Amino acid sequence: MADMLEKGIRIEGLRKRYGKGDTALDALKGVDMQVAPGETVGLIGPSGSGKSTLLKCLGAVIEPTAGRMTLGEEVIYDDGWKIPDLRALRRDKIGFVFQAPYLIPFLDVTDNVALLPMLAGHPNAESRKRALELLEALDVAHRAKAMPSQLSGGEQQRVSIARALVNRPPVILADEPTAPLDSERALAVIRILNQMARQYETAIIVVTHDEKIIPTFKRIYHIRDGKTQEEAGEGRAFE
Amino acid sequence: MISLAGRDIMHSWGKFVFTGVGLGLLIGVTLTMAGVYRGMVDDAKVLLDNSGADLWVVQQDTLGPYAEPSSLYDDVYRTIRGMPGVDRAANITYLTMQVRQGQRDVRAMIVGVVPGGPGEPGQPGYLIAGRQITRSHYEAVADVATGFKLGERIQIRRNHYAVVGLTRRMVSSGGDPMVFIPLKDAQEAQFLKDNDAIAQQRRRTAGNPAFNRPGTPGLLDAVLASQSINPYINAVLVQVKPGFIPEEVAEPIRRWKRLQVYTRVQMEEILIGKLIATAAKQIGMFLVILAIVSAAIVAFIIYTLTLGKIREIAVLKLIGTRNRTIAGMIMQQALGLGLIGFVVGKIAATFWAPIFPKYVLLELGDALLGFAGVFVICALASVLAIRAALKVDPAEAIGG
Ligand SMILES: Nc1ncnc2c1ncn2[C@@H]1O[C@H](COP(=O)(O)OP(=O)(O)OP(=O)(O)O)[C@@H](O)[C@H]1O
Ligand SMILES: [Mg+2]
Repeated sequence: MADMLEKGIRIEGLRKRYGKGDTALDALKGVDMQVAPGETVGLIGPSGSGKSTLLKCLGAVIEPTAGRMTLGEEVIYDDGWKIPDLRALRRDKIGFVFQAPYLIPFLDVTDNVALLPMLAGHPNAESRKRALELLEALDVAHRAKAMPSQLSGGEQQRVSIARALVNRPPVILADEPTAPLDSERALAVIRILNQMARQYETAIIVVTHDEKIIPTFKRIYHIRDGKTQEEAGEGRAFE
Repeated sequence: MISLAGRDIMHSWGKFVFTGVGLGLLIGVTLTMAGVYRGMVDDAKVLLDNSGADLWVVQQDTLGPYAEPSSLYDDVYRTIRGMPGVDRAANITYLTMQVRQGQRDVRAMIVGVVPGGPGEPGQPGYLIAGRQITRSHYEAVADVATGFKLGERIQIRRNHYAVVGLTRRMVSSGGDPMVFIPLKDAQEAQFLKDNDAIAQQRRRTAGNPAFNRPGTPGLLDAVLASQSINPYINAVLVQVKPGFIPEEVAEPIRRWKRLQVYTRVQMEEILIGKLIATAAKQIGMFLVILAIVSAAIVAFIIYTLTLGKIREIAVLKLIGTRNRTIAGMIMQQALGLGLIGFVVGKIAATFWAPIFPKYVLLELGDALLGFAGVFVICALASVLAIRAALKVDPAEAIGG
């Protein structure tokens, strides 16, 4: 396990302060976290506790104030960004799944997924082939030519998971991915994420409020007052 | 890589096509305005071409006969004929007025020409129907744009004329169609007074002891006779002999006859530089306003479309799309809109140009210039939207 953790995500003493002076607000006050490849962990905590902030730091869209983040061997943040091209980092190393699918409305399902490898410079045909493989794995390949607006909510969410996975990123960040779904669909999404994590050796962090899915995690990070606390989860289902 | 702009346009083509058509009609108007100007320039050139002259001899210190009034005695052409290098010289008068035909009247430029065959300066070069004026009175050759037909009788002032021939594209610099009549009739028409005025003038002359001296019989009659004729014309059109340079023929006439002489090049400068200059500025003003309005429309539409895509743009940025790609997408959409607009505008202008009462000349060069202009305007107009898109924070995609 220790060896595996070396390859996953490691966060140490991460701090984030919003604003300056009197109005400054410490959203993260030294967060420690580790997620191994193939593992799906839950990140829970009350509203305003800093979950989204942590995800944004990890996703390299806001800059932490201090601490250290590593992705596998690569140090991406150590009291400052260690990677020059954060855009490429997001594109190649991090997959995002949001509360709503946020698919690009003017691209069909295949191209919504294939866009990422295309952006990374892969040829269209190869990108689409990779997209179709994932759509197949996620059981939406039959809708490959449809436009996003023609899909059901659950199908859209699966397409957005395919998009998050298509560049084979070592990390997937999911912010309340099940919020709009009923419990059956929500569990299906978590099952897929678990399966994908194992299949593609991806470390997945799922931020959630959702009581239905909390028991599915083997490990849970509880965030309170800007600090994390690791807990063992129930790890039910999906065996 | 796929074209994001192209996909977006295909996806919401209705919006693009409707906006493009609206923009296109505006561009059509712009192209037509340019065509109106070109038409005016062309009318001027055609006017000069059709006069068949190499030199225009007019009153001293005037820009006549088209841009300013000019009057000469109708016998100067005889002495001009004797000047070196002069092949043919003919009198001509121009007068714009209403011509009656039955119940309607048409605004036309009455051209008084010396009856004779084609090739004589001032005569219409070619006819599309009928024959040239051969008699010295009461015959007319009309431009088809007047709507007159062969054999019809038209009324100019108090005299009636038979239409014996028809021409095409013979218009004044103001775009009014021409009606050619014999010179003598035209001279009369130009200075014709009504009967009361004539009677009054006679009475006045008879009452003036200087003209009505008891000891000099016949003086009063002679004075009255000279008052009732019009020995004036507006210009003498000159054709130079082959092998002579017009400017070299013009110079001695200027010097010895104390008349103003213009060559073809000078005449064109007067027409385009002076006569239609104000109209050209007017059109230029229209073009500027239309360009600004078009730019505002494109900017507004592209900006609105972009604001509607803020979320998608945030997602695109989050998943690693470069700013250049996003800016390119917006700019291409603006250019796409411009392209639709230009195509619609060009078609519309081509379609409605012939319906305009005055000649509208759509030149390929103007269309190309317009095309380039539309692209520049669209590119500039997309700057606002691009700025808004580049300001979008990828963190917005993650939300709170
Ligand atoms: N851009 C910002 N500027 C200033 N303060 C912020 C900003 N974003 C978040 N905060 C503050 O940081 C704290 C943590 O916010 P965060 O969005 O991470 O909470 P959260 O755990 O995701 O809450 P929720 O469950 O309601 O989404 C909150 O007190 C919030 O007000
Ligand atoms: Mg949140």
